[in-house]
This record gives sequence, structure tokens and C-alpha cells, in this order.
Amino acid sequence: MNAFKAGIPIFIGYVPAAIAFGILAKGCSITLMECFLFSAAVFAGASQFIALNLLMTGMGPAGIILTTLLVNFRHFLMSAYLSTRIDKFAKKYLFLIAFGVTDEVFSVLSFQKGQLSKSFILIVQFAAYSAWVSGSMAGFILGGFLPELLTKSMGVALYSLLLAIILPEVKKSFKILLLVIASGLLNTILIKLDFLPNGWTIIVCILVISFAGSFFITQNSHQEESL
Amino acid sequence: MNNMIPLILGMAAVTYVPRLLPFLFLSNKRIHKRLDAFLKCIPAVAIGALIIPGVFTATPDMPMAALSGMIFTLIAGLWRGGIIIPVLGSVAVTYLVLFCAA
Repeated sequence: MNAFKAGIPIFIGYVPAAIAFGILAKGCSITLMECFLFSAAVFAGASQFIALNLLMTGMGPAGIILTTLLVNFRHFLMSAYLSTRIDKFAKKYLFLIAFGVTDEVFSVLSFQKGQLSKSFILIVQFAAYSAWVSGSMAGFILGGFLPELLTKSMGVALYSLLLAIILPEVKKSFKILLLVIASGLLNTILIKLDFLPNGWTIIVCILVISFAGSFFITQNSHQEESL
Repeated sequence: MNNMIPLILGMAAVTYVPRLLPFLFLSNKRIHKRLDAFLKCIPAVAIGALIIPGVFTATPDMPMAALSGMIFTLIAGLWRGGIIIPVLGSVAVTYLVLFCAA
């Protein structure tokens, strides 16, 4: 898969979410500069929305920062996986690469065959980052300038992207299908039970299902061949 | 709501550091076979939890719209593979369903 082709769906999926963030930020009486800094420095979708909600409830910075740490901690596990996949030339850029590890970037990168080169990683991350930052600004300045039906349907792009990435793997390996379904089921149950903080249902899914899966993964599994 | 800068920098730090630490500790290291098998499961597991159950409320007023889009992705992805057509087609199908229902 080429990096531009991989970046486009992320771009399309991030724009409507970023616009929504910009609109909401303006509603929270945040300045344009602060809205820009939020998206440019934090670069983590869900946690930015949560931060705005918490600001509105009057929560102080310490509580919001702690919540952000909890919500975004899943990326620790995603980075752990990616760190085993980057090639030796990409290692010089790991401070930059680490900044751009979002759910969707991780998903696209992890199913790319072979070792990951710095150009592939950075192009995908730039597509995601530029969509997120420019979308936030556009939302703040222009408001809901895209027709509502279009932004609603563009939101589906991220789910479609994840499905399109995993399909070829599911076709090749029944084990992958089992992992995906088991994880989705566990996540649904955990969300319904509603006792974990936001972002932690996926961490529990990764820890539990990947641990269970590690007993069954064989030497000739999908990524082993390409490494 | 004055002075958001410390809040933003704090959020940026607690987001960045967990993303960075594994790269510093795991790159260039020989990884135990068991940990390696665990890490190899993470992509499929993460994608499962990122799609389900979120996709069922992706278009909250009309879940069938998003699901129709996903069915398009499923068919296009299984038939021809690739990313662009399954994703753009899915957005188009979702739009059409929402448009017809509106």
C-alpha cells in the first residue's frame, strides 16, 4: 500500500471530527490560538473533546490532565507494538514518529507489510496531523460550513478504514478474525458495564485478548513472514 | 477560563510521553518470544475494539446508514481489496441512505 493512499482515508475521517472540535472549542470561549495549540500540541481526538467537556463542568487543570493521561494511555501499547516494526533508518526520527501515534495511524502502519520506513510513517502521520490541525481551525473560524449530512457520513470513513485494513488479514487467518471479534465483544461488554474510565475498555481488551492470543500465535503467523 | 496554556502543555506532555517511552525502551532490544507474541496480537485486537461497538452509533440518528456503508466496505474490501474505494464508497453509501431517509 502506498503512503498517500493510506493517508487519504485518515484525512477524510479526521476532517469532520476536527471541525466539530473547532466549533465546540469556540463554544467554550477558547481563543483561536488556544484552539490551534490544543490540536497542534496534544493531537489526540477523543481526549480533546473530553477536556472541553470537563472545562465546561469547571474541573481544574490537574483533573483534566490526569483524565487525558488515562484516556490516551492506550497509545503506550500501540507504540510498544510499532517499536518492533520500524526500520533502522526510522529510529533516528522516533521522537517525531512517537508524536503522531494515533489510533488510525497505528492501524494503518501495523498492517503494512515488512519493516516500516521513516518516509511511509511520516507521510501517513502528516496526512493525519494536517487534517486534524487545519480542520480544527476551519471549524473554529467557519463553523459548520460543510453540509450536516456530509459531515455525518464522513464520520463513517474512520470505521471503514479500520475494516478495510483488517479484511485482507481476516481472509488469510481465522485467528485474526477470532481476535477481532473477541475484542469487539469484550469491548461492548465493558462499555455496557460502565465501570472503567474512558479509554480503558480498549486497554483491558488489548491486555486480556492479546495475552490469550499470545498462547495461540504460531511462528508462521501473518507478520512473521514479512519480517 | 483564562490561561489555557499550562493545561494544554500538560495534556500534550501526558499524551506524548506514553507514546514515546516504548520506542525508547523496546527499539534495538531483543524481545522475549512471549512478549513478541503478545505484541503481534495488538493490531487485530485494537482494531476490533476500535470498530465495535462504536460503529453501531457512528450515525446516531440512524445506525442503519453507517452499517450500510460498512457493508459496502465489507463487500468491496473482500472482492477487490484496497483502501480508497472501500472507504470513499462507504461514505457515499452512508450519505445516500441518510439523504433518502431525510
